[in-house]
Amino acid sequence: MGRFVIKRLIYMVITLWVIATGTFFLMHSLPGSPLENEDRIPPELREQILEQYGLNDPLPVQYVKFLGDLVQGDLGNSFKYDGRSITAMIMEGFPASAQLGLQAMIFGVLVGVALGTVSALRRGSWVDNGSTVLSVLGYAVPSFTLAALFSYYVGVVWGVLPTAGWGTFAHSILPSLSLSFLVIAQITRYVRTEMLEVLGQDYMKTARAKGLNRKTVIFRHGLRNALIPAITILGPLTVALLTGSLVVEQIFNIPGMGWMFVDSIMTNDYTMIMGVTMFYSFLLVLSIFIVDILYGVVDPRIRLTSPKE
Amino acid sequence: MAMNMKELSPDLFEPAEIDTEAGETVAKKRLSYWADVRRRFLRNRGAVIGLILIVVIGLMAVFGPGMNEFNFRQQDFTAQNISPFDKIEGTHWFGTDNLGRDLWTRTWYGAGISLLIALIAAAIDLTIGVIYGAISGYFGGKVDDWMQRIIEVLVGIPNLIVIILLLIWLEPGIFPIALAIALTGWVNMARIVRAQMLQMKSQEYVLAARTLGANTRRMLTKHMLPNVMGPVIITLMFTIPNAIFFEAFLGFIGLGLRPPEASLGVLINEGYGVLQIFPYQTFFPATVLSLLMLSFNLLGDGLRDALDPKMRK
Repeated sequence: MGRFVIKRLIYMVITLWVIATGTFFLMHSLPGSPLENEDRIPPELREQILEQYGLNDPLPVQYVKFLGDLVQGDLGNSFKYDGRSITAMIMEGFPASAQLGLQAMIFGVLVGVALGTVSALRRGSWVDNGSTVLSVLGYAVPSFTLAALFSYYVGVVWGVLPTAGWGTFAHSILPSLSLSFLVIAQITRYVRTEMLEVLGQDYMKTARAKGLNRKTVIFRHGLRNALIPAITILGPLTVALLTGSLVVEQIFNIPGMGWMFVDSIMTNDYTMIMGVTMFYSFLLVLSIFIVDILYGVVDPRIRLTSPKE
Repeated sequence: MAMNMKELSPDLFEPAEIDTEAGETVAKKRLSYWADVRRRFLRNRGAVIGLILIVVIGLMAVFGPGMNEFNFRQQDFTAQNISPFDKIEGTHWFGTDNLGRDLWTRTWYGAGISLLIALIAAAIDLTIGVIYGAISGYFGGKVDDWMQRIIEVLVGIPNLIVIILLLIWLEPGIFPIALAIALTGWVNMARIVRAQMLQMKSQEYVLAARTLGANTRRMLTKHMLPNVMGPVIITLMFTIPNAIFFEAFLGFIGLGLRPPEASLGVLINEGYGVLQIFPYQTFFPATVLSLLMLSFNLLGDGLRDALDPKMRK
């Protein structure tokens, strides 16, 4: 287990380094400087600003400094917002995004597991057919289309829930719901497949044969085994939720990280883009790492097989 | 017992006449692999509906913009924000946007652009992915080791990040968008092709071909590539809706094509600004987008079941 964790950890560090390097050189090879359009800045002041941001240093020096700061969690200062610390700004936006993501994930997983299990147990019933349709739709209909539907019907036509802003729980319902559809779709499909597979296993028959009741067999023996492979999709789901949050936060006007990122892209705030990119990458790579380890813990077969096979 | 014995006459023990020819006749017409695939595919209602929808949307993308007298960038300030539900004479079947551009034309034109981007991305994916995966899987050993290490690092990089960074760097356009989407997509393809190659390498017909003196080129083009076709087609079918999604996503966060150019993402983004007043401006492109993604997903599922029944879930 120790070797497995260390190996994954090394991959994680290499991945992050590749992303950091790529981001740095892409951003620095962009034509023009962020100050280009501001003609009114007198040359002395411009010089001072460039000095302050370390833009006069040769590129390798800047690169090393960037990596050094990164390791210490310092993402530099924003160009647009008067040199405010990007780390501080991200920490302001993060709680809203995290709340949205977590709510969508928890709700999605609960509904997904329930639907998937019932579908597998009652194959061909209306629940099964309904959840198949739901999961196909969940895959196909992008979260921003759903968000538009929700915000128009529930928010504008029925006027039940607020469509913009952030603060109360009511504000978070519609965006979380739009995000959770994909989670529901994927988890339902996965749990159903795995559950069907498990239900056909011999140990299920054995459990029934030795006199356990149906409920115990399904929950203790069936569902527990069916859920193990479902852990693997939590990683990709986190990625999908983050992608979705960029758009959903925009639609519902939520001052989270996704909103910040899109804002920095639109205003060409390069240092901010770099900072958020690194933060996102860290978050995603970390979540995939955790899922890998978790899977290794739950299913020992994974860490015993080397990737060469 | 005794009664029965009497009824058993010796002629019951004569050997029956066996028509050895009868065993050789084939009861059913033989089905080739592809005929079988077609049969399985046509039985899947969802997949057929998906295919039909894709063809219809594809045709509309080609012919739709020419069906009325407007073009996609032509502005008309006397006809702004006309809802298709208002009874106003004229041929704005989907209404117009805030610059008086015809939404019917823009929606179909945009659907075409979205499809084009998805197809280019899929083509790049296919080329890089198959070549990389085939080399890695065929040669194995050290080459494979190194190529796999690279892939493992690349897989860890979130495609969202790569796509956004690349598009900040490149000027948004049809080809750059397709390229950015494909640059993160080929890894998946490469992995699948490699896995297939590894599996195939140990099979008898490959050994037979090698024994008969087939060279590397012949091995790859005549024996191995045709056999990875199935999984490749399936992967491709899921790459396309993914690319369509990312194009729309980019359009939405402002990294897509620039108006007056149109794509489904650009149109949805423009529609959002006025969603609460003119919901139809979002409704039509969003519906086409959802239908398109739905159809490709259904088609992909159907093809997977048809091409490889073992993979059926």
